[in-house]
Amino acid sequence: MSTQVQSSEHAHEEHLTGIKRWLFTTNHKEIGSLYLIFSLVMFLIGGAMAMVIRAELFQPGLQLVDPHFFNQMTTVHGLIMVFGAVMPAFTGLANWMIPMMIGAPDMALPRMNNWSFWILPFAFAILLASLFMEGGGPAFGWTFYAPLSTTYSNDNTALFVFAVHIMGISSIMGAINVIVTIVNLRAPGMTWMKLPLFVWTWLITAFLLIAVMPVLAGAVTMVLTDKYFGTSFFDAAGGGDPVMFQHIFWFFGHPEVYIMILPAFGIISTIVPTFSRKKLFGYSSMVYATSSIAFLSFIVWAHHMFTTGMPLAGELFFMYATMLISVPTGVKVFNWVATMWRGSISFEIPMMFSIAFIVLFTLGGFSGLMLAITPADFQYHDTYFVVAHFHYVLVTGAVFSIMAAVYYWLPKWTGHMYCITTAKWHFWMSLISVNILFFPMHFVGLAGMPRRIPDYALQFADFNAIISIGGFAFGLSQLIFVWCVFKCARGGESVPAKVWDGAEGLEWEVPSPAPLHTFSTPPEVK
Amino acid sequence: MQSQSYYVPAQSPWPIIGAVAMFFIAVGAGLTVMQLGSEDLSGVLILSLGVLILLYMLFGWFKHVIQESDKGLYSAQMDRSFKQGMSWFIFSEVMFFFAFFGALLYARVFSVPWLGGASNNQMTNEVLWPNFEAMWPLLTTPAGDVTQSMPWYGLPLINTVILLTSSVTLHFAHKAIESNKRKPLTIYLLITVILGFIFLALQAQEYVHAYEALNLTLQSGIYGNTFYLLTGFHGMHVTIGAILLTIVLIRVAKGHFTEDKHFAFQAAAWYWHFVDVVWVCLFVFVYVL
Repeated sequence: MSTQVQSSEHAHEEHLTGIKRWLFTTNHKEIGSLYLIFSLVMFLIGGAMAMVIRAELFQPGLQLVDPHFFNQMTTVHGLIMVFGAVMPAFTGLANWMIPMMIGAPDMALPRMNNWSFWILPFAFAILLASLFMEGGGPAFGWTFYAPLSTTYSNDNTALFVFAVHIMGISSIMGAINVIVTIVNLRAPGMTWMKLPLFVWTWLITAFLLIAVMPVLAGAVTMVLTDKYFGTSFFDAAGGGDPVMFQHIFWFFGHPEVYIMILPAFGIISTIVPTFSRKKLFGYSSMVYATSSIAFLSFIVWAHHMFTTGMPLAGELFFMYATMLISVPTGVKVFNWVATMWRGSISFEIPMMFSIAFIVLFTLGGFSGLMLAITPADFQYHDTYFVVAHFHYVLVTGAVFSIMAAVYYWLPKWTGHMYCITTAKWHFWMSLISVNILFFPMHFVGLAGMPRRIPDYALQFADFNAIISIGGFAFGLSQLIFVWCVFKCARGGESVPAKVWDGAEGLEWEVPSPAPLHTFSTPPEVK
Repeated sequence: MQSQSYYVPAQSPWPIIGAVAMFFIAVGAGLTVMQLGSEDLSGVLILSLGVLILLYMLFGWFKHVIQESDKGLYSAQMDRSFKQGMSWFIFSEVMFFFAFFGALLYARVFSVPWLGGASNNQMTNEVLWPNFEAMWPLLTTPAGDVTQSMPWYGLPLINTVILLTSSVTLHFAHKAIESNKRKPLTIYLLITVILGFIFLALQAQEYVHAYEALNLTLQSGIYGNTFYLLTGFHGMHVTIGAILLTIVLIRVAKGHFTEDKHFAFQAAAWYWHFVDVVWVCLFVFVYVL
């Protein structure tokens, strides 16, 4: 048997080159890079759509695009950023880091890993191609509420449905891989309560993914049969109910929100201790808080639907359950602050992004708390206040954490330090512009400006002009990021195995750049 | 076991072939649905091509895995990875059915009674659907479509017995493989597969009966919708399970598997038991209650 194992290891030595290397790869680092590059491309495409939206909204009145196209832009911008940019970025980080953090040779199911990646470009090709077809792409919002997606949608909706189906299959396979890797491939001595928090948060995220992506598949299937096969799940004439769509969708949608933020918590919990030169404060409470958030995520979905009609008991239950989430989330924020407390802090780029994350994500959390209050939500629902809320948690939350993670681990991946000055420009430009972009949205929202419209009342004009300027600046700032990463991948100052002196974890014990295969025999964890 | 070196498979062309198959299936299925009722068959062609590529991929990929397993490349750890992967896959399937059971429950408990004026919805009933009366099964929809309900006795009951029996025979086959008794293994597995296909044939007959005698169609309001989507997706899963078991049966006949290494058998068996449990829930919530 041992000779066979050796011969298979020998097989690794033959390196495929060119395109075949990437198409046939079973290596977690290569697949991780593919995910990250794909996510960056999608981030730029989705961002370009946001630029179209902001250009149209720069002035009141219909300026540049027709309203139907505007709706397609808001819809596809949302879909791409959620399923194409944020989720694949986290999966890419999971691919790169989890095996190295737990001392595993690779992901548990390497070939399935390749399959789940390569489905994604095809799925998004279908979604994007539908924009150029007669009738256009999906224009019903990323939440595809019935009857917008059934009675009133265009003929190409079937392509949207099946694109979402294969995206879901990809996510489920990716999540299965993550869970099995963590449960089964931890190095000896890597006990549960020694797991790095990034691994813990991803474990729970993967569980959420497997639990809710199939429900999304169910929702799109019902939309498909309602639209094309004459069923009436979401049509009162046949005994169904459009509100039922919202229940099913948000049963998926709310855990999905945490799928996009739990790995971010893991990243911040990794970076803050490194640059505070202290152990993470309250490790076990972080684990329990993450689990509680995951549990609560299943019983709060209807807070997205306070205005669509529910019995009073439902409104109250979902309000209280939602507010409960602020307890474990508060635990996390206080733990990060307590970790920094009296630490010897230095402000490297990842730390700057992390601190920005803590402040701005908390701000987004507070506006979430405001939205959770049922009677208040009647005022805020479907306004720009909601847009401000979820962009604070997703852009200055999830996206900033991804930036922090890239700046933290990029030297490990490439073996080079990036240009600090460029990265600082990126940070400060992003930080300032993102607040010019999203902060005034709170004001226009509270004043009553509805979301998802190409035109608006005159009194919102000044704020919208400012928001758009912030938007263009934020969009351009991300080009600095692309430049910085590209340059770092090409070369730069070499870094030692342990790039950051305060860093802990197995990933810093392998050389930089990390060799293609790490830990072909399990390391001993003390 | 822990200290031996890991096995990481070399590069493989199968996943990218699988991704291309998924692409063709998604595009083909989308176009097929969009071209319903038209003469255009391009969607069906693309879909068929995708399914063929997928079958080619599955065949090639599994063949490759079986060869690796025969060479003894897989450690106990790999085996655990496969098993855990399969269990989580089945969990994802459970959640898929959960969505449709949720729709059924919501319709019964909320939307249909509300349309009939329950809770604070009196005006919904009086203004929108004044002649509508809430009932389950929903035999007359608010729009006035009339249908008949599918009784639980007769074919559904027979099918329940068949499927439960098949689970038992499969369990005997499982016991037989674990004690390496090849003959009972083959016989019990064969019986299971036959029962599976009988179930499918009866299910098809039930659909014909529903369409022709009961006027219970996919378009018969929320009762027909939940009935067909739940039993339909279940039937699809029985088909997949029966094909899996057939392949396992062929492999048993070829002399594959040992008493402690039979992951493919185990995975197919788990899948079959899962399909069985879904049927029991279906029988209770769709037919009986």
